Amino acid sequence: MTARDILVVDDEQVITQAVVRVCGAEGLSVDVASSAEQGLSHLARTTYRLIISDVMMADIDGFAFLIELRRRHVRAPLIMTTGMSTMENAVRALVSGAIDFIPKPFTADELLAAVRRGLRFATLQDEAESTALDARPDSIAWVPPPPQYHRLGYASWLATEVSGTVKVGITDLFLRTIDGLQGVALAAVGDELLQGGRCATITTADGLEHGVLGPVTGRVVEVNDAVAAASAVIERDPYFEGWLYRVLPSELQYDLLHLTACSSDRM
Amino acid sequence: MKIFRTLGSKLTVAVGVIALVTIAIFAFFNSRSDNKNLLAEVERHANQLSEAVKSSTEFDMLLNQRDRIHETIKRLGNQESIQRIRILNKAGQIIYSSDTTEIGKAVDKKAEACTMCHSASEPLERVGIKDRTRVFRVHPDSGRTLGIINPIYNTTSCSSAACHAHPKSQKVLGVLDVTLPLAEIDRAIRQGQRDVVLLAAGAFFALSLIIGLLVRRWVALPVRRLVEATRHVAGGDLNYVIPEERDDELGMLARSFNNMTQRLSEARLQLVQSDKLASLGRLAAGVAHEINNPLTGVLTYSSFLQKRTKDQPDVQDDLKVIVRETIRCREIVKSLLDFARQSVPKKSAAAINEIIARAAVVVENQLSLNQVRLAQELGADVPPITVDANQLQQVFINLFVNASDAIGPDAGGGTITVTTSRLKLSPIGITQVKQAQCPKRHSLINAEVRIDGKPSIRVRARFEGNEGFIYRDPMYGLARHQFGIAPEPGMDVQVTCPECSSALNVHGSPCPDCGSATFAFEVPGKGMVEGCTNRACTWQRWAELERLGDRDFVEIRVKDTGSGIARDELPRIFEPFYSTKGQKGNGLGLAVIWGIVDNHNGAITVESEVGVGTTFIIRIPVEP
Repeated sequence: MTARDILVVDDEQVITQAVVRVCGAEGLSVDVASSAEQGLSHLARTTYRLIISDVMMADIDGFAFLIELRRRHVRAPLIMTTGMSTMENAVRALVSGAIDFIPKPFTADELLAAVRRGLRFATLQDEAESTALDARPDSIAWVPPPPQYHRLGYASWLATEVSGTVKVGITDLFLRTIDGLQGVALAAVGDELLQGGRCATITTADGLEHGVLGPVTGRVVEVNDAVAAASAVIERDPYFEGWLYRVLPSELQYDLLHLTACSSDRM
Repeated sequence: MKIFRTLGSKLTVAVGVIALVTIAIFAFFNSRSDNKNLLAEVERHANQLSEAVKSSTEFDMLLNQRDRIHETIKRLGNQESIQRIRILNKAGQIIYSSDTTEIGKAVDKKAEACTMCHSASEPLERVGIKDRTRVFRVHPDSGRTLGIINPIYNTTSCSSAACHAHPKSQKVLGVLDVTLPLAEIDRAIRQGQRDVVLLAAGAFFALSLIIGLLVRRWVALPVRRLVEATRHVAGGDLNYVIPEERDDELGMLARSFNNMTQRLSEARLQLVQSDKLASLGRLAAGVAHEINNPLTGVLTYSSFLQKRTKDQPDVQDDLKVIVRETIRCREIVKSLLDFARQSVPKKSAAAINEIIARAAVVVENQLSLNQVRLAQELGADVPPITVDANQLQQVFINLFVNASDAIGPDAGGGTITVTTSRLKLSPIGITQVKQAQCPKRHSLINAEVRIDGKPSIRVRARFEGNEGFIYRDPMYGLARHQFGIAPEPGMDVQVTCPECSSALNVHGSPCPDCGSATFAFEVPGKGMVEGCTNRACTWQRWAELERLGDRDFVEIRVKDTGSGIARDELPRIFEPFYSTKGQKGNGLGLAVIWGIVDNHNGAITVESEVGVGTTFIIRIPVEP
């Protein structure tokens, strides 16, 4: 088995070539597959650190491809991308196990930001595995959200409150996949958030912007001033002090169907 | 027969035939009893007459004064009402007769006058009056005649008379036969029958006419109106209304018909709208997918190039434009998807004049092709408004392109004038109640029944055992309410929340216009809205809103000198896929615009005159 960095699966040549061009310039090795089937045959011979896949492809679509990867125990994280850039597709991708969703069309920086997060995710995954083997509890790779929380993919979390509102924040894992947090751009009180829509944008030292997909649809009733004042608080305590918004959800029961209960992460 | 196909003529004929049969039966029995009575009268008269003849001649007979008897009978028989009087002896010989020619002739015992007694082997001696009379015709052509036989019995005076003409053993000496013509009576009977037939015919026609007219007035005309209405509805005209002027069952039918067509029309509108939106969603999804792939090529490469040429400022500026405009394409495609799922716009405070100026730059080239001049008369005092700048820019680009298309390439040029101004408007008639709740905070907003496309406010009304819903117009002040149930003015109407039955009535506060019961619901954070239960009354009060007074709006007018829009097309231009451009347009533009303006709590209206031009007027509240 040879090892490469990225496998990009898309039936549109312009997309695969753009990925090769942008990631190639970063010194990453990229293989191209024009269909899911071709992608699977690549995976039989080569291991990749990251996979980027389109959703709408002939024969096998992106979601079926993802299921097939899990069946074959392919560990590489997958970033989903599609021209059908709806919130529904974003949520579905994350629920299905993709680590990220980039709507088309994307800029080179948007692609690069997602790819860097994906590669760091792969690294963290490897680290976690080795710490588990070494059984050294003091050096955990990341902290999962508290068990009573719900999360959208690995990006954001939601905690229900007695008053009927929910608190929304970013997961520790997501924060660890970005390098050199500089600031967070937040929505304002009164704004409507959509589940699967971008709820916050993190800027990093390398000039990239990282969009965080929100876990819930509703109206922002409070913004955490502590985060607005000093974004470092998110990194320090992402699940308590570092919450982003208090949101009045419009369809919480529906939204919860697409979230993962964090209690299931500790099995 | 065709005439019997209509309900009216069937009813008319049925009633006429029943009348005819009734009269005929009545006339038959009436005429029969008349006939019988008349005949009995004549019989009695004939009997009296024959008794009179008998007694007036008896004395002469006893004296055997035959000449006197002849004379008496002749004179009596010559009376007009008497046909003939004759006396026959036991042998059947005519002894006396008013018709002198037959004296001496014998009458056969089988003759009609004799059979009643002589039909038996032994002649009867005494017979009743009924059997003594007979009705016959002398000739088959002649009129009827009544004959009465009066037997002359042997009395002591006869057998003991001087002449001793009759032996004592003889019982019956002869018979007196009187015949009377029945012509007069027959005429009367015929007259009576004719009268009855005339009466029957008259009654038949008169009844038929009256019933026919009534049926026509009460049944046929309203039914024809209903049929006419069903034809209109079947033809697709769901706005056809039957005049509701009657209180009977057909009036009720007309009312429920109107109600039905109104509901149908709304249902169809919603169906068409949702159907169009559904296909719009599919279309948008397809378009998004198809466009987003090539756009990715443009955006990725241009942004990549921009990244790599940071040291070349001249290239940077050009690339910046490409990246910016491609991102705008992305937003447009996304807004297509957003429109299909009616998402909320991304709003921020923006200067509307700047948005218009930016839109103008985008369409500049296209306008110059048609030699169209875009005149901007932008008001200096227009306040910033909270809007989604990208969406609004799309609105103006669409309106400018539409206007340019309306002017066309062959007109030799034209002008689009875009004007912005600030204005104060009374909130009445333009404010939509978007939230409404009962005291227990149940929402009264009902999206199923829409009034002019907007969800109505539903309350339950109960009076005198009736119960139903009232759908209030969400546009405050327009009062286009729909009544599932219609209380009369002044009735004691209980208005409740459909969910929890909390009372909404405002007690002790009758409607200032009509005195009917009033009710109120809360608009969260914006006070109470009161209304009247009377269907015909338009009174309503939203004290909080009226206290705030006129609201600030930004008005944008886009006026062109194009071909204009026909009056009958105006109400439909904001529907998805409705296009007046034929092959040229896809019919999405104005529907998208309407959706965007509506998402900004604004309103878009249009004024147009064919051959003169069209003006689109958009009003967006300064405070959302």
